[in-house]
Amino acid sequence: MHVEPFTDRNVSEQSAYYYVDIEEYPVTGWDKFKQVVKRSLKGELFIGLWIVMREMIKFDIHTVKYPMEKLPIGPRYRAVHKLLRLWESGFERCIGCGLCEKICISDCIRMDTRIDENSRKEVTEYSINLGRCIFCGYCAEVCPELAIVHGERYENASQQRAHFVIKDDMLTPLDLLVSGQQKDYPGFGSITPHEDERVAKTPLAY
Amino acid sequence: MDVAFIIETIVKIVVILSVFSALAGFGTYFERKVLAFMQRRLGPTHVGPYGLLQVAADGIKLITKEDIIPQNVVKPIFKIAPVITASTAFMAAAAIPFWPEFTVFGYTVHPIVADVNVGILYVLAVMAIGLYGPLLGGMASANKWSLLSAARGAAVFISYEVITGLSLLAPLMMVGSLSLIDINNYQKGGFFDWLAWSQPVAFILFWIAAFAETGRTPFHLVANDHEIVDGFGTEYSGMRWGLFFIGEYANMFFISFVMAIIFLGGYGDGSIAGAFQLLMKVAFFFFFFLWTRAAWPDVRPDQLMWLCWKVLMPIAILNVIVTGVVILIKTQGGM
Ligand code: SF4
Ligand code: SF4
Repeated sequence: MHVEPFTDRNVSEQSAYYYVDIEEYPVTGWDKFKQVVKRSLKGELFIGLWIVMREMIKFDIHTVKYPMEKLPIGPRYRAVHKLLRLWESGFERCIGCGLCEKICISDCIRMDTRIDENSRKEVTEYSINLGRCIFCGYCAEVCPELAIVHGERYENASQQRAHFVIKDDMLTPLDLLVSGQQKDYPGFGSITPHEDERVAKTPLAY
Repeated sequence: MDVAFIIETIVKIVVILSVFSALAGFGTYFERKVLAFMQRRLGPTHVGPYGLLQVAADGIKLITKEDIIPQNVVKPIFKIAPVITASTAFMAAAAIPFWPEFTVFGYTVHPIVADVNVGILYVLAVMAIGLYGPLLGGMASANKWSLLSAARGAAVFISYEVITGLSLLAPLMMVGSLSLIDINNYQKGGFFDWLAWSQPVAFILFWIAAFAETGRTPFHLVANDHEIVDGFGTEYSGMRWGLFFIGEYANMFFISFVMAIIFLGGYGDGSIAGAFQLLMKVAFFFFFFLWTRAAWPDVRPDQLMWLCWKVLMPIAILNVIVTGVVILIKTQGGM
């Protein structure tokens, strides 16, 4: 592991952070005039013009045409929930232990279970009231089977919020499972890929 | 007055009105695109190819919007104010030669509605009347932002109008005529005859004043969004607001024409090449308006007035005096 960002966080000669020189504010009229003349003749205005022109010529557009294109979201993102299936058998992963229902701080998970013919617990009903859910992620964290997870669906506009969160909506459909499209949950607190390269070190001591 | 002249004038008026209304619309399109590219965005893309029909969509939206007259406004003034802005902008166009004269079917057309002998004076005066749009609109709106904007408008107006007049005085002394056609013909000789070379100070000063006149970014304080919402436009909706906009953009085009004609040689010798050069110059000035908007910060009203009165006006007066002395020495020497 690369430790340098954790050991050298002070503002120093070597670091990328430095104090900005702020000049004294002009007080007298003559000083103000000198400042204006200096600023006008120094060409700062033209540097500004050049920079926007350069960007226009480079034409390096950063627009994401949102509904058509989407940025990938990090694995930690806590969007609308999903219930996953077992890869091999296609059974529901949820064993009906009720831990998620218990831990939910806003008490918005509702589930019902019964003992089926094989003496297995079967989840008959599972719904999350999204009007109350605060997307804290505790349910996903506590689930021993990685059954309830946060998915990637962050577009929550709908005619009824119930549309997202009854069991049939959350459960991976069998055909998607068969075609291998169920995304497994990397686990609570997992790190976004390539995060190390993207994070700049932050100076902590000033 | 013969019939041909009347018909010709009417045709010219209609052409100018329609061309520049459309251009004002496309001005907003160019502005959005240019600003977007400079800020690494895409700008309008969805309506029509490259978003070109965005202008039409905006027009339809503005025209079909409900025309809201708020409760406490002074109704007649509130209603007439946008018309003042738009109509004075177009009235100013009457004395601007947009194209060198040309001949169709043996008939010589002068592409200027009225070649009055005080052309530039007329243009500036009518453009100055345009100030009454924001001023009256802001005062009649019964809205404090609008009122502030009207007050700023008046203050800015007094400041920059001095610069406009004084900076023009020097080149006019050299040309000896107020007609824009005469000014253009004075610079017929080509690139090195441009008044911008003999009057660089006046050129820069007039250019700065043009920004204040059209209320473009470094001096955009009449409708500064982050300070006073939309200034005089706050209470307006629909096409009344649209008229303010058309006026503003038409003004930008016309002042660009004026600058190109007075300082950058206009259409030169009157050939087709010269005419296209004029359009290029106008396009440059218009682009510069957008360019600065992307790059430069706004100044405060007090800074603008400080700049106009304490810096630019003395420079302008010095320029006039120096020009006068030089002309005097030249003519004396020539005698
Ligand atoms: S995310 Fe938190 S609030 Fe929402 S259902 Fe899970 S535990 Fe409850
Ligand atoms: S914690 Fe997991 S396994 Fe237990 S009931 Fe909730 S979803 Fe099912």
